[in-house]
Amino acid sequence: MSEARLLTNTNSLRRNVAVGALVREREHTDTLAHKLEAKNFNFYYGTFQALSDISMVMREHSITAIIGPSGCGKSTLLRAINRMHDQTPGARGNGQLMLDGQNIYGPETDAVLLRRRIGMVFQRPNVFAKSIFDNIAYGLRIAGWHDRKQLAARVEQCLRQAALWDEVKDRLHSSALGLSGGQQQRLCIARAIAPRPEVLLMDEPCSALDPIATLKVEELMLELRREYTIVIVTHNMQQAARASDETAFMLMDPATRSGQLIEFGPTNRIFTNPQDKRTEDYVTGQFG
Amino acid sequence: MAQAERLSTWQTFQQRTKHGDVIFWLLTLFFALMVVALVAAVGYVAWVGSSEARGRFGLSFLFKTGWDPNAQNFGALPAIYGTLVSSGIALLIAGPLGILIGVFLSELCPQRFKSPLSFMVELLAAIPSVIYGMWGVFVFVPFFRSWVAAPIAKSVGKSFPLLAGPVAAGRGLMVAGIILAIMILPTIAAITRDVLAVVPNHQREAMLAVGATRWEMIRKAVLPYARAGIIGGLMLGLGRALGETMAALMVIGSVKDKISTSLFGGGITAASLVASELPNANDSMHESTLILIALVLFGITLCVNAFARLLVWQAARGPVGSARS
Repeated sequence: MSEARLLTNTNSLRRNVAVGALVREREHTDTLAHKLEAKNFNFYYGTFQALSDISMVMREHSITAIIGPSGCGKSTLLRAINRMHDQTPGARGNGQLMLDGQNIYGPETDAVLLRRRIGMVFQRPNVFAKSIFDNIAYGLRIAGWHDRKQLAARVEQCLRQAALWDEVKDRLHSSALGLSGGQQQRLCIARAIAPRPEVLLMDEPCSALDPIATLKVEELMLELRREYTIVIVTHNMQQAARASDETAFMLMDPATRSGQLIEFGPTNRIFTNPQDKRTEDYVTGQFG
Repeated sequence: MAQAERLSTWQTFQQRTKHGDVIFWLLTLFFALMVVALVAAVGYVAWVGSSEARGRFGLSFLFKTGWDPNAQNFGALPAIYGTLVSSGIALLIAGPLGILIGVFLSELCPQRFKSPLSFMVELLAAIPSVIYGMWGVFVFVPFFRSWVAAPIAKSVGKSFPLLAGPVAAGRGLMVAGIILAIMILPTIAAITRDVLAVVPNHQREAMLAVGATRWEMIRKAVLPYARAGIIGGLMLGLGRALGETMAALMVIGSVKDKISTSLFGGGITAASLVASELPNANDSMHESTLILIALVLFGITLCVNAFARLLVWQAARGPVGSARS
């Protein structure tokens, strides 16, 4: 594999996008505090081990991308962070997965309180069949916001932050289902950030969106990075390259079929100077 | 040449499919129209059969009490009242319980108890109504009379005529309503379970992800999403209660000529009135009156169904001013 090819590859990735400049300002992330930290973390569905021995960190106020082919366990890892798997019978995690030093799978951790600190945006925009306003207010009311004025102010604030306010301010009380896919996904982001979480998990948030809506969401992520720690799972390597600070590359172990972390590091390095041959093959498109 | 042949074969195939479509369309149309024809036929028979009674009593039949075949003095009000009240009680009891059972089965029940419990609920629906009636007569009526009706009538009933005595016989509207509730409970529970099962998981996850507890998730995401289906289930249960004949007849007390002010008093439902008297109706006036009662019941169920449609339509319409309305 030639150095030249790697460079052309990443350069073309970067040229694509204006927002690339924003993220590139931050080449050094290693001084930022560890918000989330996995140490030898394993995850099981019943007897099947879906993740084995994951160790990585997700830094405060930075965007960590998890990439890898289908079935490599990247979504499992993301959903393990806010214990979305609690609903699935037989799913359990062991090893350490820490949020600010507290083990997410520890007995003292309450999943409901945990999820108030860790918001999530899903693959498909899953708005409620309610008004635009209520979609955001639901989460706020659950978190104990009841004052009408404060509620309305927070809803507006979130919609502005999600760059949706100007498009919906005249129809806050009409159904969220009347919005386009891209608008619905931004509404989901607004809903996720409304209760002021500390971490925002995004599970392939752009896979159902067109390129323009995708760019809007990416710009939004870079904007939100100031306040939140963002972890994003993506199939789209260009997205990881242009909108993340650090990247984790995962693969399924062909023998055990469980997901493992191959390489983790600053996005720039993963895409220009990967240490592992398998990472190099994947980011240059030679895989599968 | 070969190409032309192939083309013509392809064309024949296309034509054949077109014929098939037409035949299939006609076939389904025929059976769909059959439903309309059946409803019309039933309505027509009831209308014609009741002409004598209608001519004699007119609309006031609906608001009149009294039941004396010898004097040919008939009124439908006790039957209408009994039907609506017993079914209303049944819905009030079975509605919330059935929905809770459905929620448990679909959302909270551990996987390994799911099938056995679901099976039991369906079994409850399969028990013939006469068996419910029998159980009501031998077990429930005596229990209810001495442990529930009598104490209530003696205390609350003194100042509240709806719950007043006497409760001597034990049979009455309340007991009938409770027996009907048990009968329609599995219908409501099973339908609730089924409509909750098709609520997409992403709706639950969306709610959990904003920090909802399980209860909040069910109340604010799952139940609202399934609202239209649950209302449909309630109405199906109510329909069953309105039309139930045997079990109601066995426990309701068969008081046909007047309305009891107390729910512990006897009454009659339209369906059980027709079923119990039609075999012994020996003059045409009596028979015609019973057919008229059947026609009234037909009207009541039509109204209930229309009302249910309205509710479901409103529930499915979404929030006020929604884009889909």
